[in-house]
Amino acid sequence: MYTQLVDAPEGASEASSPEQATFDDKIDRSITIEANDWMPEAYRKTLLRQISQHAHSEIVGMLPEGNWISRAPSLERKLILMAKVQDEAGHGLYLYSAAETLGTSRDEMTEALLSGRAKYSSIFNYPTLTWADVGTIGWLVDGAAIINQIPLTRCSYGPYARALVRVCKEESFHQRQGFEIVSTLANGSPEQRAMAQDALDRWWWPSVMMFGPPDSESQHNETSMRWKIKLFSNDELRQKFVDQTVPQADTLGLRIPDPELRFNAETGHYDFGTPDWQEFYDVVRGNGPCNRDRLRSRREAHDDGAWVRDAATAHAEKRAARDSISSAA
Amino acid sequence: MSDSSDRAAWPLWEVFVRSGHGLSHKHVGSLHATDATMALQNARDVYTRRNEGVSVWVVKSSDVVASDPSDRELLFAPARDKTFRHPTYYTVPEGVKHL
Repeated sequence: MYTQLVDAPEGASEASSPEQATFDDKIDRSITIEANDWMPEAYRKTLLRQISQHAHSEIVGMLPEGNWISRAPSLERKLILMAKVQDEAGHGLYLYSAAETLGTSRDEMTEALLSGRAKYSSIFNYPTLTWADVGTIGWLVDGAAIINQIPLTRCSYGPYARALVRVCKEESFHQRQGFEIVSTLANGSPEQRAMAQDALDRWWWPSVMMFGPPDSESQHNETSMRWKIKLFSNDELRQKFVDQTVPQADTLGLRIPDPELRFNAETGHYDFGTPDWQEFYDVVRGNGPCNRDRLRSRREAHDDGAWVRDAATAHAEKRAARDSISSAA
Repeated sequence: MSDSSDRAAWPLWEVFVRSGHGLSHKHVGSLHATDATMALQNARDVYTRRNEGVSVWVVKSSDVVASDPSDRELLFAPARDKTFRHPTYYTVPEGVKHL
């Protein structure tokens, strides 16, 4: 049944087979596509790339924050940060499970990440230099992630949409705890205030770039939008992020590092400057400040955990063998 | 990554959680585990971090028998035109109560 495949990006519109017609009809009527349903190979591949990258980002995203667990300024902050990092592991797991329904294995995805073949969000290749960075990540990075993910809870692929419902529920705790950390610093001593401003200065542009290249340069936008696995364009989401975040920065009394930023009364939106896209492409290609460090940490963690996985497998095999002997007796 | 190729993949388990409000167990997701005990422990860690439930079931995914998507018409279409199975099919005269 997979023989009548069509190449992306033309795939979604060519009703060249009954299966394709059924698929197109479901997409048009917003009926979710489920794991066992027929789908064009290009749809499967695009989704697999999107969901696995999303999962990898959750997993690698634990590293910048994990860096501060042992140095959180109070026991309460430490408990909260551990809970947040644990959530990210959970999000990675929900998403890997969704990706597996498309016919790839967890081991294949893990291997793709560890070998450096798979991509993950560029934002996690920046270092967390101070405690203020932890708060700023929650506020900006998780804030950006929410804007990106909430529409995806209505995407056409059922397992992905359902995973994101869980992710979004948990993500708003992340954003609020981040904002609270930044707010505490912004209302603290002059040094703390300077720390909050410094973190915003460093994280602002990378956060703005999280939504991906401008629509004029994005290769995947159009097809993905037709397939309803992307519901708003990169630039639309980016605008939403800026519009939502600027008033929050105003409340904190912090300055967004963009001289071109101003409210446009005609459009009702903020106009803002152009990010350094060369930096974005450099980071995506592996030359960000922490790319090598992140992959090394993941590989070490994976290798260090090998004996635990082996022990669990051996234990399960021993128990299974024992059970079969006793049931035979 | 040395071990991923020579080690057989851990089986997949489907996770069902019952919330504390008298509702049925509901499918919440899946996970990999070597055996049932580990599946239960992981399900508890992954799917009930926020008071989501008071009971967890785990079932090996390979043990789930599912209907074939291509049989959808065959299985479910016959129910579509039997609207008389729903209370809204019937006209109730105005003023009649408890019906």
